[in-house]
Amino acid sequence: MGAEFVQFSLTPILIGTLAAIACALPGNFLILRREALIGDAISHVVLPGIVVAFLITGTVAAIPMLLGAAAAAITAVVLIEVVKRLGRIEPGAAMGVVFTTMFAGGVLLLEQTDTSSVHLDVEHALMGNLESLIWLRATGWQSLLDPQALAGLPPELGRMAAACATIAILITLFWRWLKIATFDADFAQTLGIPVKLLSFGLVVTAAIAAVAAFDAVGSIIVIAMFICPPAAARLMTNSLAAQAAWSVGFATIAAMMGYVLAGYGPLWFGGANAVNAAGMIAAVSGLILGLACLFSPERS
Amino acid sequence: MPRAAKPKALPAQAAFSIRALTVSYGEKPAIISIDADFPKAAMSAIIGPNGAGKSTLLKASLGLIPRLSGLVCVADTPLDQALARIAYVPQRASIDWDFPATVLDVVQMGLYRKVGLLGRLSGQMTQRARACLDRVGMVDLLDRQIGQLSGGQQQRVFLARALAQDADLYLLDEPLAGVDAATERTVMDVLKGLRKDGKAIVAVHHDLATVQDYFDHVLLLNVRKIAEGSIAKAFTAETLNNAYGGRLSARHVKELIPNRGKA
Repeated sequence: MGAEFVQFSLTPILIGTLAAIACALPGNFLILRREALIGDAISHVVLPGIVVAFLITGTVAAIPMLLGAAAAAITAVVLIEVVKRLGRIEPGAAMGVVFTTMFAGGVLLLEQTDTSSVHLDVEHALMGNLESLIWLRATGWQSLLDPQALAGLPPELGRMAAACATIAILITLFWRWLKIATFDADFAQTLGIPVKLLSFGLVVTAAIAAVAAFDAVGSIIVIAMFICPPAAARLMTNSLAAQAAWSVGFATIAAMMGYVLAGYGPLWFGGANAVNAAGMIAAVSGLILGLACLFSPERS
Repeated sequence: MPRAAKPKALPAQAAFSIRALTVSYGEKPAIISIDADFPKAAMSAIIGPNGAGKSTLLKASLGLIPRLSGLVCVADTPLDQALARIAYVPQRASIDWDFPATVLDVVQMGLYRKVGLLGRLSGQMTQRARACLDRVGMVDLLDRQIGQLSGGQQQRVFLARALAQDADLYLLDEPLAGVDAATERTVMDVLKGLRKDGKAIVAVHHDLATVQDYFDHVLLLNVRKIAEGSIAKAFTAETLNNAYGGRLSARHVKELIPNRGKA
């Protein structure tokens, strides 16, 4: 594994791993709260936000897109609450209504407006372009110490690392609140824990993960990573802290194995081309969940 | 939220006072203008037929569900300033027992007010949690996953968590529902111990046959308040008939209140 690996595989693997961890961490609480679909919802609703940001600014620059995506995510969270309260229906149905409507709106906007000149399409939104996040300026492992080469790192890496660190810090800081409120929300409220604000904060944290990951790797990974690693981790242990640690491990394994399998797997079987890395990472995470269901110690 | 004016005279001996508490689910009122005073160093029962609003009263008084009107005080302090003195034990069935936690984890949640958001759970704190589990006879199972407990054992864990809170007022929602006889005895022993220490206990209770044996004070409820006071005063054939309508037979009522005729 020499210069070529550092140039073409190191950064996509790192970005994929960070994206997977950023989604898996809040996913632990979302699945225990039976809100796992919120990740799915958010990753879909960012599409209209990104399209609108493009229409306003006319460029595909990262910052306006991220702002648009974040605005759309927050709009969706508020809309889901509104539909839930006014319609008096269960959260799953409210999410279903809001995210399909917003995603459909995004697709319509994309079709009806002149975005054909730039690389902005539905496939990109779903699958991302992990393979293109390469580090051309690298000449080998020694480039990790070379400031000039480091300046050429894809900007997605820094953004994903910052998002992942923010999420890890938030989850650690509010761990005790999240644990008590997820287990027994009424009891948590009598302890003076701001339960509603905490739920909203958790969804916003999930939105940060979804938006940052969407930018780098597309929404397929987001959906898979919110659910598969935490669900598999739940089957491995009966301790919440251990579950979070397992989920980070599974997310890392899925991202690394998925990327390598996508890049080299088809060649081992005589195929000519690599397959989409984001799709393969999601598939590996599903496989891990399947194996956990069959062989884990705490399956029931 | 409209609020009743602060009442001038709350009884001095009341540990927990509710004034004009009204809750409605949509158009349908769940409880209407309930006033109640639960005494200190006593065990009080909230009783009434299914759908009478017993759990609703408890939850609304704690602010867990929105109320249309009402004022709630712990001793003389408004509730929102007195939460630290209350231990609430929800219905066992309201919780997902598949949550990844051990018995000790759950009891340590009761220590939250002492350790805070970021404080370390010291050895002394863990010792405290163990002592609470010992009082409910569960210390041998402290490493057990909570999903593997029986219903009675789950109720004991909840009670231990409340003990860890070291409160003045214990509010329990159906603490004896669906538990085995041994757990019922343990729970009652622990609650009697708390009463002896001067704590107030208020429990939603469903079993009319044990009201006289277990409790000092009752609130009889059916959407509106039917009766309130000591067992002798408020738990009578008349109040029971008023609360339950025709749902209790005359013989049943007689069995519940056997000695009143002679007294």
